[in-house]
Amino acid sequence: MAYMEFVKPNTQIDFVRWMKATTIVSVVIILIGIASIVWHGGLNYGIDFAGGSLVQIKFKEEPQIDTIRSTFKMIGLENSIIQTYGSHEIVVRTPEVRADLKGLEAKIETSLSTAYPAGGFVIQRTEVVGPKVGKELTKKALLAIIFSWIGILVYVGFRFEFRYALGGIIALVHDVLVTLSIFSLMNKEFDLNIVAALLTIIGFSINDTIVIFDRIRENARKNIRMELRDVINLSVNQTLSRTILTSLTVFMVLIVLFFFGGSVIHNFAFTLLVGTVAGVYSTVFIASPIVLLFEKIKPSAITRKK
Amino acid sequence: MFNSIKFRAALTVLIFLAALFYLTPTFVSELPDFWKEKLPKDKIHLGLDLQGGMHLVLEVDADKAVDSTLERLSNNLKESLMENKIRFRNVDRTSDKMITLELTDPAARESFEKTLGNHYPDLEIVNSETIEGREKIYLKMNANRVAEVKKMAVDQSLETIRNRVDQFGISEPEIIPQGDDRILIQLPGIKDTKRAKNLIGKTALLEFKLVDDEHSLEDALKGNIPEGGEVAYGLHLDRETGRQTSAPYLLKSKTLLTGDALESAKVQISDRFGEPHVAIKFNAQGSDDFDRITGENVKKRLAIVLDGNVYSAPVIQERISGGQAQITGAFTMEEARDLAIVLRAGALPAPVNILEERTVGPSLGQDSINKGTWSCIVAGILIFIFMVIYYRASGLIADLALFMNIFLLLGAMVMFGATLTLPGIAGIVLTIGMAVDANVLIFERIREELRTGKTPRAAVEAGYAKAFLTIFDSNVTTLVAALFLFGFGTGPVKGFAVTLTIGIAASMFTAVFVTRIIYDYFIWNRKITAISI
Repeated sequence: MAYMEFVKPNTQIDFVRWMKATTIVSVVIILIGIASIVWHGGLNYGIDFAGGSLVQIKFKEEPQIDTIRSTFKMIGLENSIIQTYGSHEIVVRTPEVRADLKGLEAKIETSLSTAYPAGGFVIQRTEVVGPKVGKELTKKALLAIIFSWIGILVYVGFRFEFRYALGGIIALVHDVLVTLSIFSLMNKEFDLNIVAALLTIIGFSINDTIVIFDRIRENARKNIRMELRDVINLSVNQTLSRTILTSLTVFMVLIVLFFFGGSVIHNFAFTLLVGTVAGVYSTVFIASPIVLLFEKIKPSAITRKK
Repeated sequence: MFNSIKFRAALTVLIFLAALFYLTPTFVSELPDFWKEKLPKDKIHLGLDLQGGMHLVLEVDADKAVDSTLERLSNNLKESLMENKIRFRNVDRTSDKMITLELTDPAARESFEKTLGNHYPDLEIVNSETIEGREKIYLKMNANRVAEVKKMAVDQSLETIRNRVDQFGISEPEIIPQGDDRILIQLPGIKDTKRAKNLIGKTALLEFKLVDDEHSLEDALKGNIPEGGEVAYGLHLDRETGRQTSAPYLLKSKTLLTGDALESAKVQISDRFGEPHVAIKFNAQGSDDFDRITGENVKKRLAIVLDGNVYSAPVIQERISGGQAQITGAFTMEEARDLAIVLRAGALPAPVNILEERTVGPSLGQDSINKGTWSCIVAGILIFIFMVIYYRASGLIADLALFMNIFLLLGAMVMFGATLTLPGIAGIVLTIGMAVDANVLIFERIREELRTGKTPRAAVEAGYAKAFLTIFDSNVTTLVAALFLFGFGTGPVKGFAVTLTIGIAASMFTAVFVTRIIYDYFIWNRKITAISI
């Protein structure tokens, strides 16, 4: 019986040959990303990290940013960032944190009611993050990412070998850096949800990497005399069908989230889309070469047996 | 036993039924009576971002509580010194929380120390110096006591805020301490957030002070505030014009009575204008004090001061016995009600600052639920079709497992009382993707084995055996990441970690264990010769 197959069995693509070139591509993307981050003066931190206030307002009719900005003059908010957000919605961001309990909402309501009739707009969401909390959230987010790397390093090192763990981690760092680079290039806002997305990417990419490492381990044991280079090629090819299928289903899901998930989830889905692509790419082209590189420096216990 | 299809199928059905059992209240709006009485009736717990509501992180300014304790101590100390006929001058508080005073006669030092030792164990002498024949002494509160005061301030604020929120009538509020001096407040479904913030954040320190009519208010406003006096303002809002005016009062600083002496406070409507006011009733001690104070100060004005604002300053017509009084001031019904609540719940021992505030309107929450649900359905259908096209009958088995996976995930969330947030819905969608991955891994392996010419039975066995280790390792590593997300994440991010963790566990069960039962059934019992994969 014939199967439906995207990748024919016995496909033999020489992935290892491309690895040098792809590594250069990755490094270039990351360098451009870093340059962009430096040029923008850091990532475009949302209020979660930078501190500040955010108000999301929904209008009955398409809002005019200029009108809104001019009404904001009376409350001293004319210099805040006003963005359209989905249809008929705007998000106002200001670095200010008002400690008084009356808050921003009341002021915005009063100022907007000079230009819009009552019921013409609804405040959907207000967020105020003090600078102290912002700093703590930044610290926690960084810790979460770094500790998840260490945790994965330890687990993979324990289940496989240290060089595999190292290859996996470098691939993860690569994914996070590439995603951040794209983020900075598009000047998208970086908030807590994006950290959750980054951590998902980490989990997802390591998932992918482990599948290939698992094959490499299996094939290396089965074919003791085979060069590691060929073992890697064989393993990547054998799992290629699965890699494509899984990425495709995940991608499908993310596309749906991206288009139908609503405004709040939009950036989240975008990050995951970028990260998934980076993750699959790094699994094939970054994690394995590092294992190979270490083999050249220090042959592993398994291959030395021959 | 684990090899028996019947046993495995029974276990699966049992788990499925358990999930169904926990999910029933979420999907069925009208539960039968017997269910309401005995069985779990919790619906799936929605995060504030989905159901709307307010999330607040407050910081108790515990330093202020230390300051006020210090002020009280220094006032008491003055009185004790006078009682003991120890002559002193220039009692002062420094910015670094010290009390300084000068003893006019250095010889009195010994009796001063004795008074201190007997009545003020919390104060200690840090330093002293002799200036122009006077002994200047620096006093400090000892560190243990400072820590105690701070802790008390936080504990008491927590209790007070809890009281206020309870009386305000919000269902399922969550008020928990966080760190040393923080309070996390979550009020689901609240609509009037301004009012809630006002209610929670108000210090509500009620004081009764005499108005100083002996000195000139004009002079005081120019800066010549008499000894033992202070200027306070009364705010008056004209409802018709919306203009706020403030009137100054010259008060005597000494607080005669505070809100601590209250027994109750409630809203009443005055007969004459139909305007609401707050009627207060003092406790026994408070009634006696009030009786004495009003008796001693007939024809003087008594100011009712709340958080430094003068609400009213009526003239005491006669001695008031019975311990009843009222606070007037053009209140709306809501304002009067909220004032009564804060007075009943008591004052905050220290001011609180809002560190973090997140408010989501109910319509945005509903919108998110709708969009999240739609995303799940659309993604589910896409994957369903894709799997059936690619893997045929096996794809159908995977789809069945997927459906069960989501079901189990939601059921487990209700069981553990976990919160579903917006990123949590994203986590579910992601789980869908990952669950499919496990089946893809197994199916690809089975195909590989079949290609080598194995029988369906051998191919399925080998396929599951080989894929299992991969699935296990990859899922555990994802779990490691999810656990750190849970440990360090806050709010919605934590919700995401919860769904991801439960989702991974559920997908291991459905994608590996459940699908295997179906294969085994067809291979062992129906003896099929070819697998549709």
